[in-house]
Parts: sequence; structure tokens; C-alpha cells
Amino acid sequence: MSLIWDILISASFWAAAIRIASPLIFATIGELICERAGVLNLGIEGIMVIGAFAGWFAVYLGLPLWLGVGVAFISGMAFGLLHSLLTVPFGLSQHVVGLGITMLATATAAFTYRLALPEVTSPPRIEPFQPWNLPGLSDIPFLGEALFRQTSLTYAAFVVAALVALVLYRTPLGLALRSVGENPAAAAAQGLSVTGLRMGAVIVGSGLMAVGGAFLTLSAFSSFFFDMVNGRGWICIALVVFGAWQPGKAVLGALLFAAFDALQVRLQQTPMGAVLPYQLFLAMPYLLSILALVVMSRRAEVPQALMVPYNKGER
Amino acid sequence: MRLEPIANPSALRLYGLPALALAATVVVASLLALIAGADPFATLGLIVDGAAGSRFAALETLNRATPLIFTGLAVAVAFRARLWNIGAEAQLYAGAIVTVLIGMQGLGAPWLQLPVMALAAIAAGALVLLGPVVLKTRFGVDEVVTTLLLNFVMLLFVGYLVEGPLKDPAGMGWPKSVPLEKELRLPRIIEGLRLHWGFALALIAAVAVWVVQTRTVLGYQIRAVGQNAGAARFAGIRVNRVLVQTALISGGLAALAGFSEVAGLKGHLSSDLSPGFGYTGIIVAMLALLNPLGVVLTALFVAGIFVGADSMSRAAGVPTYIADILLAVSLLFMVLAIRLTRFRVVWK
Repeated sequence: MSLIWDILISASFWAAAIRIASPLIFATIGELICERAGVLNLGIEGIMVIGAFAGWFAVYLGLPLWLGVGVAFISGMAFGLLHSLLTVPFGLSQHVVGLGITMLATATAAFTYRLALPEVTSPPRIEPFQPWNLPGLSDIPFLGEALFRQTSLTYAAFVVAALVALVLYRTPLGLALRSVGENPAAAAAQGLSVTGLRMGAVIVGSGLMAVGGAFLTLSAFSSFFFDMVNGRGWICIALVVFGAWQPGKAVLGALLFAAFDALQVRLQQTPMGAVLPYQLFLAMPYLLSILALVVMSRRAEVPQALMVPYNKGER
Repeated sequence: MRLEPIANPSALRLYGLPALALAATVVVASLLALIAGADPFATLGLIVDGAAGSRFAALETLNRATPLIFTGLAVAVAFRARLWNIGAEAQLYAGAIVTVLIGMQGLGAPWLQLPVMALAAIAAGALVLLGPVVLKTRFGVDEVVTTLLLNFVMLLFVGYLVEGPLKDPAGMGWPKSVPLEKELRLPRIIEGLRLHWGFALALIAAVAVWVVQTRTVLGYQIRAVGQNAGAARFAGIRVNRVLVQTALISGGLAALAGFSEVAGLKGHLSSDLSPGFGYTGIIVAMLALLNPLGVVLTALFVAGIFVGADSMSRAAGVPTYIADILLAVSLLFMVLAIRLTRFRVVWK
């Protein structure tokens, strides 16, 4: 037990947890926007892959890092547009379309990568985002190292989450978005465009998912690997449920999850890791996500119109 | 815009739109070839040729189709009941693990041991899907996410087995299990042709699933639950029970893919046994409109594209991932086309 305690009181552990949480926060908030408007976006896994690739590739071709983030965002929006076209006006199964988008985006990233770099054996590296020590704050003992020596993309994740919460709960747009996810017929009766709002939510949400993917290549690993997203998208879908479709709780869920992930990595290097197979540690995040779903299932406040297509003039 | 139901769609609409979806996929294929700097017609020709142009190519396609028939059937059965089993990959590996484990025990004659391996594989796959389905019926946990997440857990478990307890000491360091004895391999259907009995078993499974779906009470109940679970419950169908039965069938079918790949083709377990057969099964099932006999045809089609793209890629230099793009695109085009056979777009 003291083993775990030693890890928990180290600032570097918390710094790692916040780093690991960053891509999850972007993608979870993106998924949350889609779902609050009534659309389940199972394209998330593939959209994170295309974001990771597009952002990395743009920087590899010579664009500055922030433009790479922009390119990732646009690539995500493109697949979000396709997803929303098929699921919103045409009302196709959100399950099938979402999985199709994941396959398409993943394959597009792989195809383009092989086309552009046919011969490479070891993935080329780019110069990633460097930690930005916030002046003053980063010198605070413990907290400074844990919180304020992150890359700017990490700070951006928290800013984006706060902005989304603000828009969702404090603006007419947020009210409109939530109402098309709860009761589209009533929203339409008030003159809101259900189709427009839902499509917009899916497009912007998908953009954020792609930025989450780009965090992996532009801030964490500095290269692109085919399997690098590795189920993070599916974990984010579980985090949305865990966070009861609220941005604040979703961010807390991502942090909690990331802390466990950082913990399992560190435990692998302790005597515990010598006894237990490393695959058990790697499986923890997935098992933990399933557990979180079970725990939260009883009191989850699902948007009432989630996965219910809306067709003007019906009923 | 909005959608307006069509009472009596014309034959042109019913068959023309799906054909159009296929044509659009071919157009995308040509565009991708152009982007890759290859001649579109030559590329398409090489794909067809690589999939069916020779006896070797055709047998390769049949072999590749075998696991896809099983996973396609697994998905088709489950989706019919609106049970979103995205975990065929995990169930496949569960079947493969058990096949290897039973194969290592000396149970006597192969004619006894092979069926035991298959049945145990079915049981293992069924169990793996039972978990998420019980979570769904008991706690209302969405099975999409749980089945997806279990795929990753299962793959790590396979990794542990083939690097640990099941590792082949003679494997030159490669993480794979000890190969099955020769007599525990599925024999070839025709001596001299590289096609094993797994393919025949897949065809039998397709017919069996078709019989269950169209000729039994369970098949009727599965459809009723899928169309409207609330109405089915009102009509006295025990929905949760039907979902559990569906899960057992679906998980068992996916596990047979693992059994057939190990006992028929590879002979051992490794974590690259399946290049995503579980996920591709979703495309196979959807293109077949969840019809079990149709699954055989679409599995051949999908396998043909994979095998053809592999061989085209070596010759024309277009990345082999073109196959994955084409299949995803054909899936999206097809679901849209099917929707438009029943609905008309009205602009206003």
C-alpha cells in the first residue's frame, strides 16, 4: 500500500495524469456535444486516428504546430459532416454509420500515410509542443510541477471544456442544443432548426475529437503509429456516460481515469510488476471503463432523444 | 428537407439504388487509384484478377471468406435483435484460445477431439458475449461500448498467453502457441486444394442460421424484439431471455471463426490471428442486409476485395489500405441506398 502512496504523493505522477487526461478531455467533450444534441457518434475512434495523422502530417510537411492542430480540427469536421449528413437528415442508424465512419477515417489515415511515405520503416518524428512553465504559478511547490508545467495543448483542453460548459448552460445556443437532444419536436415548434443544430453539434464535436487525436502526435509521442489511438475513443464514450453528460463531471472522470492509467504504468515498474503480467496492467483502463459504466448506469441522465432521429412532419 | 415513406417502391428503385451504391464505390476506387498515381482501369482489373483470376487466387479468397462468414453471421444474428455485438473480435479469440487449450489435451481420437474443440470454442465465445448482455439486461449498460472494450482486454489476454503459459519454446522467440498436432487440423475438402473443412462448416452454419431465423419460434421472437422491443414485451415475449439466447448464438458463431482459423489454417494461436475479422463482420452482415445466406455472398465479396487489393498493391503500388476504404465506403453508400428505396427526399 505504501507503494501506491509513494506514487500518489509525487508531483510527477499528477503531472502525468493531467497529460494523459488531455486527449481524453478534448474527445470526451466532443462526444458530449454530439450526444447532448441527440446524436451518438461512434466515429470517435476513427476521427481521433485521422486527427492524429492529419495534425502530425501537416507539421511534418512544415506547418507550425498550431496550424497542425487546425488541420486536425478541419479533418475531424469533414468526417463529422459526413456522419451528420447520414444520421441527421437521412436518419440512418447511428450505430452503423458511426462504425462505418471509424473504419473509413482509420483506413483513410493508413492509406494516406502509406501513399506519402511508402518506404519508411521507423515513423518520422516532428518537433512536438514543449512544456510551457506558466510564469509564477509553475514555481509553486508541488502544485507548480503537477499542474503548470504542461504543454499549451493541455491548457487548451481545460479552456475548451470550460468554454463548452459555458456555452451549453449559459447561452441561447446551448439551450437550443440541449433542447434538440431532449425534445426535438418541441424545439422545432419553437422555430429551431433541429437538423441544423444537430449537424452543427456533430461537426464541431468531431473537430474536437480530432484535436484529441492530434494531442497524441503533436504533444505526446511526436510520431504517428497506426494503432496509437488504441481504444481511447471508446473509452471517451464511456467517460461521457460516467460524467452524466455534463462537461464538468466528464473532465473529472477523464482526470480520474488518467490517474489510474498513470498509476498502472508506475506500478509496472514496482515489485508488483515483476509478479503480475504487464498485460493485466494494460487491461486495467478498459476494465475500469466497463466498471464505470456499470456503476453509473442506474442514475445516468441520458438525453431523452439520444439516437432518436427526427423527421419533420412525422407524428 | 424531410423524408417521406414510399408505399410501393418501383423495381427500378428497389434494385437500381443498391446497384448505384456499388457503382459509386467503383468510382471511389478509381479516384483513389488516380490519387495514388496509378491507372484506374488497370488497378480495378488487378484487384479482380488477384481475387478470382486464378485457381490459387480463388482458393485464397475462399479461405479469407471463411472467418468472415462466421463473424458476419454472428453480427447478422445479433443486429437482427438490435443487440449491438461489436465484440465478435473478442469472441473469435475466445474460440481460438479454447481450441488451442483443448487441442493440447490428449482426448484420444481426433474424430472425438475436433468436435469437442469446436463445441468448447462455441461455449467460450457465447460466454464472452453473455457478460455484456447480462450487464445490458440487468443494469441497462450499453453493449456497444462494453463489447468494444472487451476486444482490447481479450487481445491483451491472448498476448499474455502466447508470451507466457502457452508460448512455443521452439517458436524462435515469436509469441505464438505450440502448434496443434497434424491430426487435429481440419482436413482439406479436396485433397491437393488448399481449402479446409472450415469453409464447409461456415456454409452449414449459414444455412442453420437461416433455418433458425425463418423457420423457428426463436427466429420469429428475435425479429419481433429487433423491430420493437416494447411491443414484443407487450405481446408476451420474454425480451431479455431472447436477447440472452441471441447472444449465445452470436458469440458461438464468432468463436467458430477462431476455431476454424486455428484448426484449419494457422495451427497455432497468436495475437495477429485475426486482422480485424470481427469488425469486418459488421460490413459483411450489413451489406447482406442481415440475411444469413446473403452473408456468404458478401463475405466472398469482401474477402475478394482484401485478397485482390493485396495482390494489386504488390503490382501497382497503390497501398493495400484501399480495400479498407472501399469497404467502409460501400457500407455507407449501401445503408443510404437502402434507406432511399423506402423513403423519398422532399425539399421544402
